[in-house]
Amino acid sequence: MTFEQIVFYFFSGVLVLAAVVVVTVRNPVKAALALVLAFFSAAGLWILLEAEFLAIVLVLVYVGAVMVLFLFVVMMLDINIAELREGFGDYLPIGGIVAALMVVEMAIILGPRRFGLAKVPVPQAHGATFSNTRMLGDLLYTTYVYPFEIAAAILLVAIIAAIALTMRRRPETKYQNPAEQVRVQRSDRLRIIRMPSEKKG
Amino acid sequence: MISLSQYLILGAILFALGVVGIFLNRKNVVILLMAIELMLLAVNMNFVAFSSYLNDPAGQIFVFFILTVAAAESAIGLAILIVLFRNRSTINVEDLDTLKG
Repeated sequence: MTFEQIVFYFFSGVLVLAAVVVVTVRNPVKAALALVLAFFSAAGLWILLEAEFLAIVLVLVYVGAVMVLFLFVVMMLDINIAELREGFGDYLPIGGIVAALMVVEMAIILGPRRFGLAKVPVPQAHGATFSNTRMLGDLLYTTYVYPFEIAAAILLVAIIAAIALTMRRRPETKYQNPAEQVRVQRSDRLRIIRMPSEKKG
Repeated sequence: MISLSQYLILGAILFALGVVGIFLNRKNVVILLMAIELMLLAVNMNFVAFSSYLNDPAGQIFVFFILTVAAAESAIGLAILIVLFRNRSTINVEDLDTLKG
C-alpha cells in the first residue's frame, strides 16, 4: 500500500463514518459536528486530488460559515427531539434498500471496468511551482467572469432574503425615529409659562 | 495508485447516505438540510475527481459555483426555518399542513 492509498482510505473511511453519524445520531448538534468532520475529511481528499483552493474554500466557507450558521440555528431553536424521532426507523428498510441499490448500480457503472486505472490513468502531478489558486483565478476572472458576477448577485439576493425573512418589529420594543428626532422644534418640548414669583409667607 | 472509480464510488456512497438521511429523518427539517448538504458534497467530490483525472479545470470552477449556490440555499433555508419556528413553534414536517397539500 502506498502512502497515497493509506491517506485515501483513511480520509474516505472517516468521511463515510461521519456521514453515517450525521444521518443517524439523535442530537442535531452532534449531527452538525459530524458534518463538520465530514467536510474536513472531504477537504483532505480534495487536497489529495490537487484541488487545494477548493479544499481551503470548503473548510473556510462551509465549516467556518455555513456549519456555524447551522449550529447557531440548532442551538437557538427549542426543539423537542423525542417527538421528531418518533417513527425514526419506520422507513429504514425501504430507505436502506433504495440506498444499497443506488450504490450497487453506480458501482457497476463507475467500477474499475470503465473508470479504472487502465481507462483513466492517474494524472501527472503538478510541479512545486504550480499554483492551483492562480489557475482558478485566471479562469474565473477571464472565461468565467460573467457567471462569477451572477454568483455575486445570487449571494446578495440570499443576504437580502435571509434578512427580510427573519427581521421583525416587536411591538413591545421601543424604537427611535431619527427623522422625528431631527425635525423636533423647541416648542414641541419646552413650554415657558409666566407666573408671579412666590412670596415667603 | 488510486483510480478514478474509487473516488466516484466514494461519491456514490456519500450520495446514498444522504438519501438514507432523508428517509430516516423525514420529520426534522434541520437534519433534512444536512442530508442535502451531504448529497451536494458527493456531487462536488465527483466534479473534483473528474476535473483532476481529465485535467480539465472547468470541473473545479463548477464546484466553486455549486458551493456559492449551496451556501445561499442553506442561508435562506435556515431563515425560513426560523420564521417557521416562530410562527408554529415546531419544525416537524408533519405539522406543516396549512396548505392542505
